[in-house]
Amino acid sequence: MARRLHGWIIPVLAFVLWELWSHAGTFPIDTVSRPSDIAVAGARGFADGSILLATWETIEAALFGLAIAAVLGILFGVILGLAPHLERVVGPSIDALRPVPSVALIPLALLMFGFGLRMEASVVAFASVWPILLVTIAAVRAIEPRLLEVARVLELSFASRMFKVVLPAALGRISVGLRIAGSISLVVAVTVEIVLNPRGLGYSMIAAQQSLRPDLMFAQLLWLGVLGWGLNSAMKRALDRWPGSAVPEEQP
Amino acid sequence: MNRLLRLRGVGAILFAATLLLLWQVLADFKLISPVFFPSPLRTVTELVRQIAEGLIWAPLVATLQRMFFGWALAALLGIILGAAIGSSRTARDYLEPLLEFLRPLPASAIIPPAILFLGLSNEMAITVIAFGAIWPVLLSSAHGFATIEPRLREVAEALCLSRRQLLVKMAVPGALPDILAGARVSLAIALILAVVTEMQASQPGLGQNILLAQRSLRSPELYAGIVSLGIMGFVLNHALIMIEQHFLRWRSVTA
Repeated sequence: MARRLHGWIIPVLAFVLWELWSHAGTFPIDTVSRPSDIAVAGARGFADGSILLATWETIEAALFGLAIAAVLGILFGVILGLAPHLERVVGPSIDALRPVPSVALIPLALLMFGFGLRMEASVVAFASVWPILLVTIAAVRAIEPRLLEVARVLELSFASRMFKVVLPAALGRISVGLRIAGSISLVVAVTVEIVLNPRGLGYSMIAAQQSLRPDLMFAQLLWLGVLGWGLNSAMKRALDRWPGSAVPEEQP
Repeated sequence: MNRLLRLRGVGAILFAATLLLLWQVLADFKLISPVFFPSPLRTVTELVRQIAEGLIWAPLVATLQRMFFGWALAALLGIILGAAIGSSRTARDYLEPLLEFLRPLPASAIIPPAILFLGLSNEMAITVIAFGAIWPVLLSSAHGFATIEPRLREVAEALCLSRRQLLVKMAVPGALPDILAGARVSLAIALILAVVTEMQASQPGLGQNILLAQRSLRSPELYAGIVSLGIMGFVLNHALIMIEQHFLRWRSVTA
């Protein structure tokens, strides 16, 4: 128990020193703000709903993009996983697209869709489709061949072969890809907002910084940290319960 | 077998060529908007022009430099912090919860406070890149240092090695495979963040060029920028894989 408290020492000390120092005369309060002001700005932002609205805009775009990526990634992943010959022909073209940094597509997405939800979601989808696609191909390849043989012997139709054999057998591993894509989607959504899309938490942070409201900016930054941390641990817990998804632990 | 492999290679090239050709034809006949999808030939012509006139080098070098400095800083700090967390229980207790909170934070979210403290400067960009790129190195270094073979510890004790000797002679080589793998992931993140900071804070580089091309609707230039960034990411990744293999030769010999 005492060990868990140790982790609080450095952050709490930092905030206390920051607060104390901010009351000294030479402190640049206009640019750096102080913890008590940040708490007030955060409370106001929550009370008038502006922070929650921005949060929803960000999550909406992340989920929208993630949904597109999941549909495309699982669809093409299953096809390419079941047809290794096709994969060898198409694979190199896919590999050529993969190293393109997703953020390089922000201007292109802006050109096509203009500002708003669709351009943000398209960049999110491009960034998060890769882990889903690669994991799905690997998951479908790893399906016990006898299961596929049984499906053939039972003369299952294509649809029931997909939904009764292939997808249930591969879903455990696919969920690992979805989890990776999930954390990518939030990061990319915030990045698109910070760079140029005028909506969501990323944009309201930049707007707060540019309108000299460092208190509001820091409040939103802390909230974003809590959000990312919460989503991360929620996803971890949900997927740990999922049968067959032996999530490799990334922590030391 | 060899013939089959060659056949597949030809198939893969044919597939890619067909896609590009289809794109070229569709663009030539204006079936797809030449503003959104300029024909591949126009993109290549633009890229060749930029290389021939030497226009591409200044932004390319600026982006590479920014990425490299941020990455180097991240690697240095990541290895040191990771070593501390991996080899000392106390350091882990004090630092781990804080790092667990910071890690899921989108690196680009650091941009507004970074601008606040450092202005729209190169230092700001490098700080943001380092913050984002540190995590893979830090985690893999912590993991590498935490999992030193217990028998090696016993050997070190038997040889009466000091703590520093233990670190340099056993822990670092043991953690190296993990660290190098982490550094490769970090480099990809560093490239992304270099582009992000260039777009957001108007630092000169390929990222800014792409954005400017979009603003003036010069789409071949936009595509040329995206292609050069893709090639850059590809080359860097493979360069690091080669470095990894070079440094880890001893592993395949002993294994």
